Amino acid sequence: MGMTMAEKILARASGKKEAKAGEYVTANVDMIMMHDGFGSVSTVLENTGITRVFDPDKIVVLLDHQVPPGSLVGAELYRRVRNAVKKFQIKNWYDWKAGICHQIMPEKGHVLPGSLIIGTDSHTTTYGALGAAATGMGFSDAAYAVTTGKQWFLVPETVKFVLKGKFPPRVMSKDALLYLAGKYTAEVAQYKAVEFSGPGAKEMSLSSRMTMSNMGVEIGAKFAFFEADEKTLAFLKGRVNKPVSKFGPDPDAVYEKVYEVDLSALEPQVAFPHTVDNVRPISQVGDVRIDQVFLGSCTNARLEDLQIAAEILKGKKIHPDVRMIVTPASMEVYREAMHGGLFDVFIDAGAIIQNPTCGACQGVHTGLLAPGERCISSTNRNFKGRMGSPESEVYLASPATVAASAIAGKIADPRKV
Amino acid sequence: MAIKVSGKVWKFGNDINTDLMDPGFARAGGWEMTRKYILHIHPKFNAEVKAGDFIVGGRNYGCGSSRETAPSNLKRLGIGAVIGESFGRIFFRNCIAVALPILQCPGVAELFHEGDMAELDLVNAVIKNLTTGKEKKGMPLSEEMLTMISKGGIIEILKETMK
Repeated sequence: MGMTMAEKILARASGKKEAKAGEYVTANVDMIMMHDGFGSVSTVLENTGITRVFDPDKIVVLLDHQVPPGSLVGAELYRRVRNAVKKFQIKNWYDWKAGICHQIMPEKGHVLPGSLIIGTDSHTTTYGALGAAATGMGFSDAAYAVTTGKQWFLVPETVKFVLKGKFPPRVMSKDALLYLAGKYTAEVAQYKAVEFSGPGAKEMSLSSRMTMSNMGVEIGAKFAFFEADEKTLAFLKGRVNKPVSKFGPDPDAVYEKVYEVDLSALEPQVAFPHTVDNVRPISQVGDVRIDQVFLGSCTNARLEDLQIAAEILKGKKIHPDVRMIVTPASMEVYREAMHGGLFDVFIDAGAIIQNPTCGACQGVHTGLLAPGERCISSTNRNFKGRMGSPESEVYLASPATVAASAIAGKIADPRKV
Repeated sequence: MAIKVSGKVWKFGNDINTDLMDPGFARAGGWEMTRKYILHIHPKFNAEVKAGDFIVGGRNYGCGSSRETAPSNLKRLGIGAVIGESFGRIFFRNCIAVALPILQCPGVAELFHEGDMAELDLVNAVIKNLTTGKEKKGMPLSEEMLTMISKGGIIEILKETMK
């Protein structure tokens, strides 16, 4: 019987011919990503008397969650991470010079199709866009893997979403994911792997795929795959110095469930507070005034996202009662956006532009919301208090919808700007 | 091996996310401020929770981020066990990693009223309401998971491995 992408990778990584959903395996991990979480991981290592990591080539560390820190707690954490990086002789170390972890891992060639990757961040599922089995863990689990190179896994069932048709103009992959969450709930893939496939998935840019894999965790997924195809290989060209090949499921793989989605029938979607699956199509949003607009995060701050926002904002001003923050996902994206003239568009419209950081997405620094304020955001979570006060509200939408809303001062349809 | 704990029940609804157990906005104030905001959506929990108390949650309890501080903050408060209809995957895994007894048990929300006394037999995956005498069987943990919890978490296992 054939295997899903999750089964193939976990079988290979645990040295077995076959792995089946429901079985526990101990697998060798191919790569471990740690961001600010390395502060906690390294403390665990030190307290345990561990002085070396299992393989310095298979570990990436960087800082992204509070760059630069806005509190002493953050500053002390960053000093601890920098000291630990020296102590444990971490080779793949980017400090805060590169950007948000989930953008940097693919950009710098640390994500290979068919590999098994763990990270100290729930949105590690992003690397599934390149055909990797990638998932988030806590710092104790990470410390174990950093020392031994191994971790335990329950081989997950896989749910397949067959994407058909083409997106209408200004409808994006973010809308597709929010639509799935709204229709099938935030638990549709709980404990499971997801494979996004079909002609709509093939058609999608790597950037759009990354948005969907990133938010795979918001529908419960452990892994969120796209097949690694020609587009994946083209993206990786010049970024990796190892041979890479396409990767997908066996043709006769067994799925727990298969859903079909017609992308051409979608309209822009908005997730209302305070859960990601509280979703309405833009036509049913009504009059929702906003105070802050955030275009950023590992979900939607790549060049494609900034481009569509700039296309909508070009020659226009954001609403006088609204402030807009733009935070590119990486320095590579930042530079491309800057040279492409996008910064002029944002500045002329009245937005501010920040260095790459998780920033406003998680309410630790750079743009917290006051009680009673509302934000429309291109990010991945609208939990109560996520971006500041527990009495504030976060609405999730695509970069296009976010930009259109900035102009209108209320949540607006990007197709009507 | 036997892991039996009992405690008073605090009830929570569906989709209780990790941010609520470790709010980002409270981090700048250290543990003192975090302590004040853990599960602040419940009007009394924060002020009245006692060591040994249980949390009984609804569906998708612990959805969200990989922050291990979600279960470790609960441990720091002295929470004895977390029982839920279903769990966010990383939270579930983190509970095992930090040795906080956890049981997935569909139907558990209607088994308890807030303030009831509960007893958890983790090995047999049985949760009992000591106030009403009713019990339910949940989904048993694997032997490896039980070992990890009984030994005090994955770091204790790591220490053994390194000897």
